[in-house]
Amino acid sequence: MRMLHAVLVVPLLAFVAGCGDPWNNPYPRGQASENVLYAGFNERPKHLDPVQSYSSNEITFTAQIYTPPLQYHYLERPHTLIPFAAEAVPVGVALDAQGNALPPDAPQAQAAFTVYDIRIRRGLKYQPHPAFALKQTGEQRYVGLTEKDVEDIHALGDFPETGSREVTAEDFAYQIKRLAHPRLHSPILGLMADYIVGLKELAKSLREQNEAMVKAGHKDDWIDLRAARLDGVEVIDRYTLRIRLRGSYPQFVYWLAMPFFAPIPYEADRFYSQAVLAPRNISLDTYPVGSGPYMLTRNDPNRQMVLERNPNYFGERYPESGEPADRAAGLLRDAGKPLPFIEKVIYSLEKESIPYWNKFLQGYFDASGISSDAFDQAVRTSGSGDVALTDEMIERGITLKTAVAPSTFYMGFNMLDTVIGGSSDRTRKLRQAIAIAVDYEEYIAIFANGRGIAAQGPLPPGIFGYREGQPGMNPVVYDWVDGVPKRKPLSEAKRLLAEAGYPGGADEKTGSPLVLYLDATARGPDDKARLDWLRKQFAKLNVDLVVRSTDYNRFQEKIRKGNAQVFYWGWNADYPDPENFLFLLHGPQSKVKAQGENAANYADAEYDRLFEEMKNMANGPRRQEIIDRMTRIVQRDVPWLWGMHPKEYSLAHGWVHNRKPNQIAHNLLKYQRIDPVARAGRRQAWNSPSPWPAAGVAAACVALVFPAVALYRRRERRSARWDLGRG
Amino acid sequence: MGGYLLRRLLYAIPILLGVNILTFSLFFVVNTPDDMARMQLGVKRVTPEAIEQWKREREYDRPLLLNTQAEGAARLTDTIFFKHSLSLFSFDFGRSESDGRDIAHEIRKRMVPSLSVAVPVFVVGLAFYVSFALMLVFFRGTSIDTSGVVLCVAAMSISGMFYIIGGQYLVGKLWHWTPISGFGQGPDAWRFLLLPILVALVSSLGEDSRLFRSFFLEEIHKDYVRTARAKGLGESRILFHHVLRNALIPILTGAVVVIPRLFLGSLILESFFGIPGLGSYTIDAINSQDFAVVRTMVFLGSLLYIVGLILTDLSYTLVDPRVRLQ
Repeated sequence: MRMLHAVLVVPLLAFVAGCGDPWNNPYPRGQASENVLYAGFNERPKHLDPVQSYSSNEITFTAQIYTPPLQYHYLERPHTLIPFAAEAVPVGVALDAQGNALPPDAPQAQAAFTVYDIRIRRGLKYQPHPAFALKQTGEQRYVGLTEKDVEDIHALGDFPETGSREVTAEDFAYQIKRLAHPRLHSPILGLMADYIVGLKELAKSLREQNEAMVKAGHKDDWIDLRAARLDGVEVIDRYTLRIRLRGSYPQFVYWLAMPFFAPIPYEADRFYSQAVLAPRNISLDTYPVGSGPYMLTRNDPNRQMVLERNPNYFGERYPESGEPADRAAGLLRDAGKPLPFIEKVIYSLEKESIPYWNKFLQGYFDASGISSDAFDQAVRTSGSGDVALTDEMIERGITLKTAVAPSTFYMGFNMLDTVIGGSSDRTRKLRQAIAIAVDYEEYIAIFANGRGIAAQGPLPPGIFGYREGQPGMNPVVYDWVDGVPKRKPLSEAKRLLAEAGYPGGADEKTGSPLVLYLDATARGPDDKARLDWLRKQFAKLNVDLVVRSTDYNRFQEKIRKGNAQVFYWGWNADYPDPENFLFLLHGPQSKVKAQGENAANYADAEYDRLFEEMKNMANGPRRQEIIDRMTRIVQRDVPWLWGMHPKEYSLAHGWVHNRKPNQIAHNLLKYQRIDPVARAGRRQAWNSPSPWPAAGVAAACVALVFPAVALYRRRERRSARWDLGRG
Repeated sequence: MGGYLLRRLLYAIPILLGVNILTFSLFFVVNTPDDMARMQLGVKRVTPEAIEQWKREREYDRPLLLNTQAEGAARLTDTIFFKHSLSLFSFDFGRSESDGRDIAHEIRKRMVPSLSVAVPVFVVGLAFYVSFALMLVFFRGTSIDTSGVVLCVAAMSISGMFYIIGGQYLVGKLWHWTPISGFGQGPDAWRFLLLPILVALVSSLGEDSRLFRSFFLEEIHKDYVRTARAKGLGESRILFHHVLRNALIPILTGAVVVIPRLFLGSLILESFFGIPGLGSYTIDAINSQDFAVVRTMVFLGSLLYIVGLILTDLSYTLVDPRVRLQ
């Protein structure tokens, strides 16, 4: 009876006690009116150590925690670098081989070295962290820990003492050395070792040191990088760092806006290297140490990640300028106010899109993207192609922001392939014919709900060098008709196909039909529909497209070895510079020949020459002119079907303010503001429980039980003869 | 009985070794160590040197099963199989290859949420399905029985995903009774568990109830039931006292074997309801080519299956005094 009492009454009491909150509130009761932002994540972040983290699901967290020297202006477009941990955006000084400064107007190619002096902001402090807790002697409090010391430690917050200190230039130098750490596998080591003087040598010496430690049975011991020599990084004084690059690399400043170059204190590295912490999953990968606006206070990637305001944050303020439309959009209402606005951000693991969407509609997530399932519920498209929110969304006060992502999803041709690749007139015309036939406008309408624009070349909008309108149109595939690009007719594609030696889709010499092979990693029904559509596009030319589905590993292997013929690929910008896209077609970076990122293995001497010239130039008319020429070359050669640049749609509730799409910067959380009181009210209104289904269920049970009871009684009263007869 | 148990436990060793070799072979047929390294290091800007370094550090730079370059015992011990798979027998699971987390720690942490759903579903489900099946048998030949069987067949024909999405839509979204998904701890946990447990119970209702009904119907035609009726026992007493006891062996065969594996959780249910259990741990590991987690979960799954079979045998002795384990 007591058990029954517990089972029935306790939940009932809990319901009654919490009647101020909706029953379906997935968060702790009473939290609704707190200054907390609710967000989700669908994939657990693997690395939060800035030396390794390079995925979009990781930078969501790391960008809020770390302070690299630079950041992007939140409101201005095109994207502009501004100081973050640095006092100013550093300007590279070109030096000759003897170390003498070259005149500012000297060609970049003459630079043997480039030097960047970075002046660090004074007063920048780390978040409270046990690595900074000190003994009275001044030594680190939590170093030399034993199993007994940590028997009650299960998370970083279990350490009773914390401390902090000022960020210095030494910390930035320490982090740059960590790029070469043999146990950390930084993805940018290969790239940076080509530029930062001495980084390659440091990586080699650290590797040897590590191997010696492994042999000596000390494979997990701390490697103190303070003593390690790195010629290209010099700490001039407490607040000045000098980085010396080999040659000229103007894009280096963009890397200074990424967490790879954020400061890491040696104390944290030493603290986390203790063997007793690893089995408790306490490491820099799980509990980052930063000086940014937020700090990670809970890391349970199976359930929730929590960021809380860093009490030591330096007092950055909301920007006071932006694009002309920003003021009217209310984006400058908080100009000059101290950041961040939100006290706490709770990220809940939500792997599936349907529950996420439903919880967004209930007000339990503050913002959401739009999955294909929910597109029609959220957005309507007018006949002219304009998009607007549906009445349901408008009634809920939801706002929509759209922006074309600095990404490209293309279909590549392997230029080493004998049928489709190469630079001959025949294969070029074949590729041009296919480029006309594959209707990407239709693809975007069918498979992306119109969320994207057909690409005209390798550069997406928002990147210097991209041209709008007729000047940017791909003349191989489109004609300019009535102020818009219009895909050339299929007859033009058939003409090109015939000129390529395949009249009517058959080889003019042998008469055999042209068969092309697409390598893909198709998994589900959505992929099948896409591939069926693609087959139909090729079939317009009587070309037979055979899909070779494979797993991701084998697909990668085929691309690496040049065994694929046609394939899907994509690229997301690392930084807003045309070099970051145009290098994808640079001959020396061929996937097969150099394990580079040129997956099509395209090579053209003129393009490569122009790329070398363009990559080190500052943005300006001359650079634009070169990019135009490069674009024309690849439009003519068609190493890719240019595919599409996706358009991102983002929804937010009316209580979320200061949201502006920004696909390059990731440290956007600090600018956002919420109105928790308005949220609490809307949640209450949207989520009051409906009692009628309970009454319905009860009535249905009664309706079923009564005849059953009657039948039971009748059966029990019957004679054994009846039962024996039936049994 | 002691001898029997010892013998069964000894049998388990070659079975587990075989499962281990099979898992190892299947995994490395699909994924090479190079693939694993690429997956863990990311797809952007990965150099061949970084791949070699990753493999060397984790001892994946060795031959898979036989090292022909080595001498003596090292031919077998200096291999990926020996370095990575045999440590499982000492319950040393190592660290995840994708995020470096301690696997034993993760399992301990994820076990509780999985059990929070699986145990109530198992206990309540067993009691409810048995009762429901007995009720159908009690009313056999009537419209109640026919309706029940139709309901069971209909319930079996619907995809499990439908119950999940439908349950979330009705209970969480339309009626606002429980959170649509999520997980809570302490006294708040029941609010999150109610809906997944309900969905799991409803989705298995058809299959299990029909199965149990057929067990009971088989018993109901036997002589001892006829005798009981002839003696004047009530139908409910016959069913709950005699038929149920005699039908327990086939029920136990299916039920006891799953008890140890309850902690492994449910993949789809946990994924849709955001329950941080072990159900999705394995599939995430397969997707991220995390061999350390895959081999651990397969090893534990097979070990618990063997334990379940032994427990089933033991349970026979409890419900049927004629059964002796020798």
